[in-house]
Amino acid sequence: MTETPTDEYEHYEAVVVGAGPGGAAAAAALANHGVETLVLERGVDAGSKNVSGGLIYAEESAPYTIDDLFPDFREEATERPADEYYIHNVAGRNVKTFDLNDIHHHDTEWCDSVLRRKMDSWLAEQVHGMTRETGGGLLTNVRVNGLLREGGEIVGVTCDELDPITADVIVAADGVNSELARDAGLMDWEEPEEWFQGVKAVVDMDPDAINERFGIDDDEGVAHLFAGDLFDGVRGGGLLYTNEDSLSIGTVFHLDSIAEEKAEPHELLDSLLTHPLLDQWLQGEYEEREYAAKLVPDSKKAAHPSPHRGRLLLVGDAAGQMQAQGPIIKGMNHAVTAGGLAAEAYQEAKARGNPTNAGDLYEQKLETEGVMKKLRPARYRYSRPVSESGLVTGLTNGLLNSPVGTAGLKLFGGLVERAFNSPFMLGMIPDTRFSYVTMPTRIGEVLGTPVTAENDIEPPELDERIGDLTYDVDDPHIEVLDNSFEASGTAVTACPVSAKDFGGGCYREETVQTNGGEQKVVSLDTQPCVECGTCAVVADTHWEHPPGGKGVEYKQG
Amino acid sequence: MRSVVLTKGVPDFREGQVSFDEDGHLERGKTPTVMNPNDKHALRAALQTKVRHGGTVSLMSMGPPGYAEILHEGMEDVYADDLYLLSDREMGAADTWATAMTVATGIEHLDETPDLIFAGFKTADGETGHTGPQTEWCLNINDALPDYPLITHVVAMDIDEDEGVVRTKRLVEGDISEIETVEADLPAFVVADPEFEATYRKADHRLRHKDFRAQTRDRAAEFAEYLADDTDTDPTDFADFHMWNHEDLNLDPDFIGLDGSPTIVAGVDPIPKAPSEREATMIEPDDEEGMEEVFEQLQPYAAGD
Repeated sequence: MTETPTDEYEHYEAVVVGAGPGGAAAAAALANHGVETLVLERGVDAGSKNVSGGLIYAEESAPYTIDDLFPDFREEATERPADEYYIHNVAGRNVKTFDLNDIHHHDTEWCDSVLRRKMDSWLAEQVHGMTRETGGGLLTNVRVNGLLREGGEIVGVTCDELDPITADVIVAADGVNSELARDAGLMDWEEPEEWFQGVKAVVDMDPDAINERFGIDDDEGVAHLFAGDLFDGVRGGGLLYTNEDSLSIGTVFHLDSIAEEKAEPHELLDSLLTHPLLDQWLQGEYEEREYAAKLVPDSKKAAHPSPHRGRLLLVGDAAGQMQAQGPIIKGMNHAVTAGGLAAEAYQEAKARGNPTNAGDLYEQKLETEGVMKKLRPARYRYSRPVSESGLVTGLTNGLLNSPVGTAGLKLFGGLVERAFNSPFMLGMIPDTRFSYVTMPTRIGEVLGTPVTAENDIEPPELDERIGDLTYDVDDPHIEVLDNSFEASGTAVTACPVSAKDFGGGCYREETVQTNGGEQKVVSLDTQPCVECGTCAVVADTHWEHPPGGKGVEYKQG
Repeated sequence: MRSVVLTKGVPDFREGQVSFDEDGHLERGKTPTVMNPNDKHALRAALQTKVRHGGTVSLMSMGPPGYAEILHEGMEDVYADDLYLLSDREMGAADTWATAMTVATGIEHLDETPDLIFAGFKTADGETGHTGPQTEWCLNINDALPDYPLITHVVAMDIDEDEGVVRTKRLVEGDISEIETVEADLPAFVVADPEFEATYRKADHRLRHKDFRAQTRDRAAEFAEYLADDTDTDPTDFADFHMWNHEDLNLDPDFIGLDGSPTIVAGVDPIPKAPSEREATMIEPDDEEGMEEVFEQLQPYAAGD
């Protein structure tokens, strides 16, 4: 590559990699500034590679919201508004429901449920129109596979399907498994504790049935969260959001907890789906449209404080900008804000005659606009060493289970509900079993009332879920570097499309005869891969995305 | 670059579309007519030329007035700037020779001499593969037109505008395992192989491709309004559709259509039914004993393991 002079490459002023909300926002804002912008998306359609739990927020305090940049967004691309927000503290059949409306509506201009295929493909259409006028445009089926460097400086991108392209600014909005962030050395795939893993089922339901069962009208929606003892002690929780004619039901867990507990993500999802509490909404009917999974960065630990290098600016999940604090899960809105700020930073840097300064300006804007404060609250940083220590967890566990603690809960049940609704308190919630399991379980036990209904729905088996997904399989894109069980065995359980004693998934356990003994190893078949990236973190792999248009294609997302 | 692509309507031989009578004869009335699938590769080669080098792509066919639908299909599914249909009762029942004469004359009547003429590799019905090369021969004996060197089985191509040449990769003996590179002066006649693949390695080319696809879909949608049964307009009212008869082309009826065709079809054999690959036993639903047997046979497979 180095012998080819730069002027032979195709050049765009800005290249945006990824057409999710972060990339779409960056591209729209760049186009509004008249910057010639090329957007490259690896899916067959924008949204075909994307999954989210399903709520997008517009925050009052945010400098950019998605409907600022795309005025028809709510009308065209979302499902239902999430007007009501509840958390259910579950202990066996006992459930205590807290109303979380205060925290949900705090700083919230609006909040809608979304399905990503519909949302992102609509955004992409708008973005293509806007960027095409600048001389650029949006292309699908193109996988950007790395950075183009000259003399050690980042000058552009390399792709599977296109010749290298140079650019004055590169916005990497290529998602949680950003290959560009890794190429630049800004992010890694090492620590399970920096990640959550989300698994979701989109469940078919007639709009009238949704309205009746949730007590809402056509233009209304509800969000429910679930915590307590229904997930075998794995740290995390569940969610249920109403869409126009479907429900999004999912679970999100700390990846280190999934790994430690050898938990099977699809079974944890089933634990939620089959809990008696859900009978009021499912009423014995269950038709799963799509099973999906994705990694989620934990911004408290993973949000990069300085997400840029040279001409490269990271936006959204690629920069770890995903806020999950207790019951508040906000990702897409921060990606939109970051995208807008990245574009603004480039425009300002260019106006001052120094476009290479865009990264520093972007970093400053993330601070001054309060984005970093939300993503990495100082309160969490300061309280974490104490609150997440084993000693304190042990003490609080003991206290909560003591007669004194029980009396306290009974006396101050309303106070606990108020504490959940405090953004200040939430910023301090420690990521321990105490917060996710012990506390909600104890609340459910002490304050809850038993659910009498029976939920006898039967979610599909894993092989059916895999069979229902659409794939355009290519050559294997993941290679196991160390196939010993010690190094990579966790993938067998942690991978959302693999399971112990299941032969139809990605990872399976095998026993091979070696000189004078037996050895447990793992083998990999990437055919059913949903490209979530779990195995990149918990196993020893060389992990890449499939080429443009190949691999899994989500229809819902 | 001015490109002309030649195409023909053929019965839709896809499973579920095609209809045969009891004797194995094609039921023409019950089988829809579609654009010859191989010609779409030729059209894609022409589109690639337009994306990379600009110009226009014309799609031309000879056939009954209903073939406007075939041209519409090419415009919608791939690309066309404008459409030409050579249509006349006198042109009917032509063999490849009379067709080639007619088509070559049609090309001669275009207001601009094409730089590239594309044809697909043989039709799905006749399967002769003659019409493309014979048209090229007719062009070469036509003094009004330049000579067109013929390159067949083309799987990839590019044009060097400065040198005025087309560089192609073609299959030797029609076999994918052996590929040769052939260069020819423009103008040239290219027969695209079914293995032809358009390649776009530049973002700019893909963006233009996307623009052209959007434009041609819009154009096709507009043309469809002229083709609709319930419209008062005639297809030829559409500015980008031209229909020429033998008088327009100044062709002597004795040299075109059935009269101009030296080929004599001696007979048509029915398409033999493919032999069954498995042994089959026919059992009627009211045959209780037989059905019992079926259930017994199926049971081990229904258990799930």
